[in-house]
Amino acid sequence: MDFSSAPNTFQYSQEELRSFLDAIKFMYGYDFTDYAEASVKRRIMNFMNVHKIPSLQDLSRILLKDETVFETFIQELSVTVTEMFRDPTFYKSLRENVMVRLATYPIIKIWIAGCATGEEVYSIAILLKEEGLLERSIIYATDINQKSIQIAKEGLYGVDNMKAYTANYNNAGGKHSLSEYYISKYNSVMFDKSLKQNIVFSPHNLTVDKSFNEFQLIVCRNVLIYFNQQLQNKVINLFHDSLCSFGFLALGSKESLLFTDKKSSFEDVDRKERIFMKIK
Amino acid sequence: MKTVQSDNRIFSAVVMGVSAGGLHALISILSKLPEEYSLPLIIVQHRGKDHKDLLEDVLQTKCRLKIKQADEKEKIEAGYVYTAPSNYHLLIEQDKTFSLTSDIYVKHSRPSIDLLFTTAAEVYKELLVGIILTGASSDGAEGILEIKRSGGFTLAQDPQTAEYAYMPQASINTGAIDLIGTLEEITSYLISIHERRQRNNFDH
Repeated sequence: MDFSSAPNTFQYSQEELRSFLDAIKFMYGYDFTDYAEASVKRRIMNFMNVHKIPSLQDLSRILLKDETVFETFIQELSVTVTEMFRDPTFYKSLRENVMVRLATYPIIKIWIAGCATGEEVYSIAILLKEEGLLERSIIYATDINQKSIQIAKEGLYGVDNMKAYTANYNNAGGKHSLSEYYISKYNSVMFDKSLKQNIVFSPHNLTVDKSFNEFQLIVCRNVLIYFNQQLQNKVINLFHDSLCSFGFLALGSKESLLFTDKKSSFEDVDRKERIFMKIK
Repeated sequence: MKTVQSDNRIFSAVVMGVSAGGLHALISILSKLPEEYSLPLIIVQHRGKDHKDLLEDVLQTKCRLKIKQADEKEKIEAGYVYTAPSNYHLLIEQDKTFSLTSDIYVKHSRPSIDLLFTTAAEVYKELLVGIILTGASSDGAEGILEIKRSGGFTLAQDPQTAEYAYMPQASINTGAIDLIGTLEEITSYLISIHERRQRNNFDH
């Protein structure tokens, strides 16, 4: 058998990928040049497969000509998935180690950067509510992906996932029952309006946009893993600039400050759960 | 053992995919490899989201090689067995470092064997060995095909001797498996490519 040709995959070199991403950046201001390459490449290849585009040159031509296709392309390139109370032990730690200290602020400002479709936002809102802090909190939930933001804003999720989310919630030390926070209708659940009251959903692009406020807590989980070290460093600096003194930074369970020049500006709050405090 | 003429290639890395029944199979192979094993071994074992380090802890008690959960941006080195962390996909970059992603499940799995194998094939090309062991999923079959297309060498555990036959069988059905063997035969193969690599280093 001859395996040398692959009928449904399109191969291109690293150089071709880079000049393609440069063109996207130049034309539209979306900068994927400092993203980790393997996953960007896979997403582009998936897009080409689905839309039956034979080469990167063809894709380039189509994107530069047709803005609606470009919008779809950007959505697919930047989409991330998440779940409610992902890593329950993280939420438990957030509750036990961070909420207590947040309680000392008259107004609590929280930035959830890269909020995807919002599951994490509602998880944190529930946590704040149970600790009696939601009323005086403002949550800024941002993502580069406009479609994801829209879904996050609606707070409407498939009922299929709720069993797993409920288990996560319980393991995270939930004080009530998750079902108290949503109503089910057909195959969907809708989160309570009271949770949304103090949430501002807005597009924000970590690669090019600046700081927009000062926060007591920034949560950015499983976003940095998509970036190269240079961009990780830039974004950590952005977070550093956006935190008040002794503000908290929470990253994903496989992310760290190790490769950034701000690592000595933070202290571990919970090393295992990747929760840090800005000390200088 | 059904085998193709083995060549004298000096391989650079080994990727392994394993699912149900995997712990026993992994211990059986990894416990027999020497501490100075000269190729990095990178493993996706399908696993639950709890007990995040249990697999590594158990393997380490049985192996001389260092067992390590892969970190993002980590440089891939010989002497290590790298495992994909639970709930993340493990990918390999051109500069031979790891990337992790939280992308959607592929064939109901995260980590996905197909994703590791496909990205590894793009990096190591004909110097990659891909191995599929026991499992009750079809994950890995597409990855095996990609390794073969890139010129690498592919092995599957003999379904008749595997705890779960489905996964190795799915890979064999692609027609892209070079060698089918028992766990002992796969272990011998892994030792042989290590020894060849060492002889080669000695000669040069």
